[in-house]
Amino acid sequence: MIIEHPLLGPRDAAEFTYLGDARLIDRPDWQSENAAQEFFEYGYLRDNPAGWHQELWFHEAGDRSWLVVTRNTLTHEISKVELARDVARSRGRSK
Amino acid sequence: MRYSGFKVLKEALTGHKGWAPAWRDPEPQPHYDIVIIGGGGHGLATAYYLAKEFQQKRIAVLEKGWIGGGNVGRNTTIIRSNYLLDGNEPFYEFSLKLWEGLEQDFNYNAMVSQRGILNLIHTDAQRDAFVRRGNAMILNGADAELLTTAQIKERYPFLNTEDARFPIKGGLAQHRGGTVRHDAVAWGYARGADSRGVDIIQNCEVTGFRIENGKCLGVETSRGFIGAGKVGCAVAGSSGRLMAKAEMRLPIESHVLQAFVSEGLKPVLPGVITFGAGHFYVSQSDKGGLVFGGDIDGYNSYAQRGNLPVVEDVCEGGMAIFPAFGRARLLRMWGGIMDMSMDGSPIIDKTHIEGLYFNGGWCYGGFKATPASGYCFAHLLVRDTPHPTAAAYRFDRFEKGLMIDEKGMGNQPNLH
Repeated sequence: MIIEHPLLGPRDAAEFTYLGDARLIDRPDWQSENAAQEFFEYGYLRDNPAGWHQELWFHEAGDRSWLVVTRNTLTHEISKVELARDVARSRGRSK
Repeated sequence: MRYSGFKVLKEALTGHKGWAPAWRDPEPQPHYDIVIIGGGGHGLATAYYLAKEFQQKRIAVLEKGWIGGGNVGRNTTIIRSNYLLDGNEPFYEFSLKLWEGLEQDFNYNAMVSQRGILNLIHTDAQRDAFVRRGNAMILNGADAELLTTAQIKERYPFLNTEDARFPIKGGLAQHRGGTVRHDAVAWGYARGADSRGVDIIQNCEVTGFRIENGKCLGVETSRGFIGAGKVGCAVAGSSGRLMAKAEMRLPIESHVLQAFVSEGLKPVLPGVITFGAGHFYVSQSDKGGLVFGGDIDGYNSYAQRGNLPVVEDVCEGGMAIFPAFGRARLLRMWGGIMDMSMDGSPIIDKTHIEGLYFNGGWCYGGFKATPASGYCFAHLLVRDTPHPTAAAYRFDRFEKGLMIDEKGMGNQPNLH
């Protein structure tokens, strides 16, 4: 797989490590009433779709940036790569 | 029809005209007592033990393709019970005992070969860990023996014991471990189940569950609705997309694991060797091919094929420990889809939906578990209580902090 890094251009997937579903950006609020249940679901349950999947990749052997990669789990085709920082900020994280 | 040496001889002398199909091709009935989704090793074993050990009638196995076409036909055929934790070891030892009597039990040649498995040790810390593991195995009634470098060298003279980075300092052997002809496991269970009245329905994809008032009444399939008293799902690899049809999210990610086989060679490797530090393990099939593999690719996939970096990593590991194998040519490589669970251990449990039962999360260890998985799932389906050896494989263990994490990696499925 080749990942089109937004800053560095096409890079071999072997330079990256994989964390998982990009929903991990949306950490629950620790003060919420259902925090225990929300953190259980956040930590342990996954959608695991067969098809398009947004996921977090870390450019460990490169510029050490986190990326959100939109990839098809049936074909390994990659349709979109964004900086995780931009995605998190657009969702209201780390303002 | 019972298979025997006499029958083979008789058929050889009479033109092989007396063989019958090993299982029927029935039309689905409108309703069954128990429907098993997934005609792989685990689903067929479940149906077999339901009929044989638990005297159940009116059972169907639904398979979207052909039986044995998934992971039971895509693995590296190794059986062993060398686990550490209490939640796992009694279950896998139960499985190994079932393997030992399997061929007589279902009257089918599955080529169970207890040629032994050896885990290599390279450091003092690794030795401590393997001594602990070996003791845990012995405490649970399994066999384990710590071998010295000299003993290993005697058995495997071609092993590179002097590698600068990973010198071999010993090994943990389980002599009762070995290999099995994987396809024959599916076929043997299918034949045994079919002869006891189980309907094995191929080319029948489950497209949904009919759930009313929190109770599962049956399944929608590509061949119409099939009603069921109880539905058991045994589709490891595809558990995520099947259970999504029941609106369940699982503590599982699907990952691709690659495996490889070389051209056929004369016998060179008498047992199974694992070189965990180098992400490599290997055995030699009875046809002569070196069957080997390593780690999962590490990203979500349902593609049944992987990428080249892992091929390189596995082959590098193989070359480091068996330099001689570099002369063999790679014949085939393939990928299988693993249910990678959040703690590296499986789930055999009821769901929150009445009448819907789940068996999955086998990571890359499902093949060796096939007999016990089928037996324990059948036990759960019939008695509604877990089999004693599978009591820890619960859905709620993640919520309650009762993980069975052999590697101590936490909730990161691609590290198990």
